[in-house]
Amino acid sequence: MSLSTMPTTSETSEARATEPQRPFALRRLGTSFAMFRNPKSITGLVILGLFALVAILGDLIAPYGPLEKDFSALKQPPSAQHWLGTTHLGEDVFSQIIYGTRGVLVVGLVAGVLATFTAVVIGVAAGYLSGWRSESLSALTNVFLVIPGLPLIIIVASQYDDPSIVLISAVIAVTGWAWGARVLRAQTMSLRNRDFVQAAKANGERLWRIIAVEMLPNLTAIIASSFVGTVTAAVLGLTTLAFIGVIPITNLNWGTILFWAQQNGAFPDFWWWYVPAGLCIAILGTALSLVNFGIDEYVNPRLRSAGERARAMRKKGLSTASGVTAVRLADKDGDDAAGTGRASSAGADGEGAARP
Amino acid sequence: MRFLLRRLAFYAFTAWAAITINFFLPRMMKGDPITAYLQKHQSEFNPEAIDSLRTLFGLDSDASLLQQYLDYWRLLFSGDLGRSFSKGLAPVTEVIASALPWTLGLVGVATILSFVIGTGVGAFIGWRRGSRADYVVPFATFFSTVPYFWMGLIVIAVFSTGLGWFPASHAYDKGSSPEWSWDFIGQVIAHGTLPALTIVFASLGGWVLGMRNMMITVLDEDYVTVAEAKGLAPQRVMTRYAARNAVLPQLSSFALALGFIVGGTLVMELVFSYPGVGKLLLDATNAKDWPLMQGLFLVITLAVLVANILADVAHAMLDPRTRMMES
Repeated sequence: MSLSTMPTTSETSEARATEPQRPFALRRLGTSFAMFRNPKSITGLVILGLFALVAILGDLIAPYGPLEKDFSALKQPPSAQHWLGTTHLGEDVFSQIIYGTRGVLVVGLVAGVLATFTAVVIGVAAGYLSGWRSESLSALTNVFLVIPGLPLIIIVASQYDDPSIVLISAVIAVTGWAWGARVLRAQTMSLRNRDFVQAAKANGERLWRIIAVEMLPNLTAIIASSFVGTVTAAVLGLTTLAFIGVIPITNLNWGTILFWAQQNGAFPDFWWWYVPAGLCIAILGTALSLVNFGIDEYVNPRLRSAGERARAMRKKGLSTASGVTAVRLADKDGDDAAGTGRASSAGADGEGAARP
Repeated sequence: MRFLLRRLAFYAFTAWAAITINFFLPRMMKGDPITAYLQKHQSEFNPEAIDSLRTLFGLDSDASLLQQYLDYWRLLFSGDLGRSFSKGLAPVTEVIASALPWTLGLVGVATILSFVIGTGVGAFIGWRRGSRADYVVPFATFFSTVPYFWMGLIVIAVFSTGLGWFPASHAYDKGSSPEWSWDFIGQVIAHGTLPALTIVFASLGGWVLGMRNMMITVLDEDYVTVAEAKGLAPQRVMTRYAARNAVLPQLSSFALALGFIVGGTLVMELVFSYPGVGKLLLDATNAKDWPLMQGLFLVITLAVLVANILADVAHAMLDPRTRMMES
């Protein structure tokens, strides 16, 4: 996860040179979405999009209301009427999952935005400034890194009888911004002394313009990555709080379903009650991680090419460990899969078959 | 030397900030603890008893905030964290001391296991990049995003209720008390297996992925190529050259992870009814037992700080460059 290979504006200017006819705004947009243009990120974004659709269209999709009780069907296993079975009060688990998606996504999004905004402001300021101001912002970040988040959230949230969604998101954001700020500070410090920033300074550009136009475009990948990270943490934090019972049950989310399931003896027999909610959390988390891997590979091209290059070397019967000779061979390697007859060992272990 | 002083200053400042936050936390909240306590035990106290309770908790005086703050520090240094409402007015330090070994034992062992296994597996996968070992990655991703508590519940359902291999809750069998005997140690291991396994499995993925990515990055460095060109054994290149450098960021995350793991195991201890610090904090929260909550929060924060110091020392020992980084 080395950040030393961050793209500089030279890459942006190359993109400009090759696509001269497109309007400026569109080109900017295109370059800033480049980090999502790989299979991993796209897969993650598609899954996220599906969850978002479910959250928005919840009222239309859900076959029942989330608290609609059907006392003739208590603790029923999945059936045609109730796709994921029912709870001890005859509520439809499938509908609860659908309505719960909204609570999870809203808190994740709000907390993510708040935390990322704080991280950008404090991180970039700490990196751009110098002297005691930078040091004190950095110290503040470190204090928040060390203070354990979940215990603090529990203590604060338990003080309110009916904490609102915004309050919960804010508390999660307060405990979650520090890591992003630390990474952003390090990257800003390395950008501060690059030539293009010095040139902008020498041109007499104003501070906000240097930060917004020269620096932020080079920080987008890190900002996106820290946003995705905080959303993941917020989703896990929210469901955990709901499961412990710190958040009132009126705020329906996947954690609440698990809370009810545990309170009413769903474990271990009524699997349809507790398995789907947990799986949803895990799938949402996996989707967010996939987006993050995509960003990681964009930031650090070695991660992107490592697998393909090694496979290509294997095809030629080379050990992946011997980096000395392989670099040249791998470069030449086009699509001459036919020329791998001597690499019988590589073909035999099934690696060659996996790739067309 | 300068490096050491800077780190020391940082830790002193962080400790001060954490303790100060701890001091202000209950004062920002509405209501005082005595009122909350009396609401629950209304009939048990006569007015004189209430007054003496107030004196006991230092709520009788109209001291200024600054005076209270100074008193707080004085009491802290004399090892007095107050008395717990929910545990029969026992000293907070004693209550915490009885729970701490359980958490330290369980979480400590599980975290170290997870870190060692995860980093080892990650180093191997990174080394054998592009081979079938890569199939571990999607599984590691999935397991690293599963919530701790849900995995714990599933594990109980399968291995305890379903198969009956391990007990589902508590740290030792009901009816026995802590003692140094083989029988009791066996009980502790049997009761600790499921929670420990859950922690290891839930946190393993992060270590594997982090180490793999660092290995891949480091393997492209010139010094690895040079080591190979010298004809060193691949085993040696992997462990002494690549892995040794790749493990450095892992160590930093290890220190930070200790903080998050304390948070994660909080719920774990609830699920397994394990008598550790996390369970104690949840109980204290439910009972609105302020002195105990404050004490626990302080202990957890200081534990994370100590972990950070250890990680710094380890980092400095492994990486001479850190010691020279002055600015």
